[in-house]
Amino acid sequence: MRVREWSNRLSTAHSRASVKPVYRSESNGSEQRHETTAPGILKNEIAMEWINIIIQGVLIGGLYAMFAAGLALIFGVMRLVNIAHGDLIVLAAYIALMTSDTLGLNPLLAIIVVVPIMAAIGYGLQRALLNRTLGDDVLPPLLVTFGLSVIIQNALLEFFTADSRRLRAGAIEVASFPLMEGVWIGVLPLLQFVVAVVVIGALQVLFYRTAFGRAFRATSDDQSVAQLMGLDNRHVFALAMALSLAIVAVAGVFIAVRTNFDPAIGPARLIFGFEAVIIGGLGSMWGTLAGGIILGVSQAIGAQINPGWQLLAGHLAFLLVLALRPEGLFPKVKG
Amino acid sequence: MPEPLLDLRALDAFYGDFQALFGISLDVAAGEVVAVIGANGAGKSTLLKCIAGVIASRHEAILFDGEPIGDVPAHAVVARGIALVPEGRHLFSSLSVEENLLIGGQLGRPGPWRLSRVYELFPALCERRHAPSTLLSGGEQQMVAIGRALMSNPKLLLCDEISLGLAPIVVRELYARLPSILAEGSSLVIVEQDIVQALKAANRVYCLQEGRVALTGSAATLTREAISAAYFGV
Repeated sequence: MRVREWSNRLSTAHSRASVKPVYRSESNGSEQRHETTAPGILKNEIAMEWINIIIQGVLIGGLYAMFAAGLALIFGVMRLVNIAHGDLIVLAAYIALMTSDTLGLNPLLAIIVVVPIMAAIGYGLQRALLNRTLGDDVLPPLLVTFGLSVIIQNALLEFFTADSRRLRAGAIEVASFPLMEGVWIGVLPLLQFVVAVVVIGALQVLFYRTAFGRAFRATSDDQSVAQLMGLDNRHVFALAMALSLAIVAVAGVFIAVRTNFDPAIGPARLIFGFEAVIIGGLGSMWGTLAGGIILGVSQAIGAQINPGWQLLAGHLAFLLVLALRPEGLFPKVKG
Repeated sequence: MPEPLLDLRALDAFYGDFQALFGISLDVAAGEVVAVIGANGAGKSTLLKCIAGVIASRHEAILFDGEPIGDVPAHAVVARGIALVPEGRHLFSSLSVEENLLIGGQLGRPGPWRLSRVYELFPALCERRHAPSTLLSGGEQQMVAIGRALMSNPKLLLCDEISLGLAPIVVRELYARLPSILAEGSSLVIVEQDIVQALKAANRVYCLQEGRVALTGSAATLTREAISAAYFGV
């Protein structure tokens, strides 16, 4: 499964943002000139290649930040570690697949349908199930979401089989434009990154500038006193989960357009999300974005050195941050 | 006699198997200040928590505005017009002063208390409105806690030990604001360790001892001897 995913990523990376070798455009020059300039051109080519890798890493980092934002939100508001987060991303991808199949919508437009569906699932899930697990003990919610993860994976397997699926978004999938000489940017990865930045920015504003966010922060600070303000914890938590799964829906659609997916890929997305949260710290949503980008760039660099090192490089970057700055790069300021 | 605003009828309260209150009967008329005094562990805070809905009790044990609210959860009790200033203030540490006040008013109950009116009552808070609530002095924090409760425009304000840990001059200043709060139409229940302060501020006093009402009467007529007898159970 892993090998197929990598090869798919590598091939899409090449087709969408290939390094246009510099020497080709200059090869009509004389033999003599080519020889004298060859080392310079080679250096230039290598530089272009690395710039390209880092840009690709940054762009995929936006996706990781979206995985992470939902996790961070839930943990921040109700101290719930949602083990099923990755599988909910995959569920969103399948809902997008069904929506675009039945309604004939472009997958990117399917977001409009998938977001409210996932938000409703989130609200219902929290009210009906997860609220009952919350208490002084952190273990019950952990076990219940773990069970939920297994259930979602198997339900998806039952309905959609283990076949690898993909959402077809049309010409936008392979569209790209040159950023500079030798560096091409895929329109889809760029769109995904811009959406991620907008989502993170909107979350930041929502959290720190609106009554909604105030209620989240107050409940996070002190649940029992928040109730004295007329805030119903069960409702606030359900709203937080709805918001988390709305972000999951956006991430799920992008992952479904970008790579192949099957019912078993959820846990790996969960790990990426966790790593981005921990690298970024819980202080701000922008930290989460930074965490996603650092993870994405590390993976891209690892993959460049050796295709088998993509995940390893991400995990190493994560371990490095955990060892040197366990509170993350943008920690929560203690009052 | 008009129906009391708050009427407790044989209220019992439990923490698990431990019974903290035994058959408390207490009433508060509209516009009245009632002080609840007693030694540590007498059940004063528990009593306020029951009224505010933090601790659930028997449906009929608490009547507010003639309606039973004993088993109504805390967030719905606020909506009916009872606000609690919790012991130890418990401000939201990641919210600024103004955000703390705003969240108190988030239900949007109509009434005289809004941000500007709270700042009028506590001018010190207006200057520090954007400061994190944790950077305030104890007295200022207590003002925020009271202001936050007022923002819900309560008919009944419950104050749990507002003098706790504060300098006497600050306590006097806080108590000096109570008449303005009464004037806006709220009734008050104050729980206080500081008996002198409580007697001065209150119309009537209830003295609790080991979860039972040991003494009750008007603040003006109770003798010090009667109070210390009820307080210490001698």
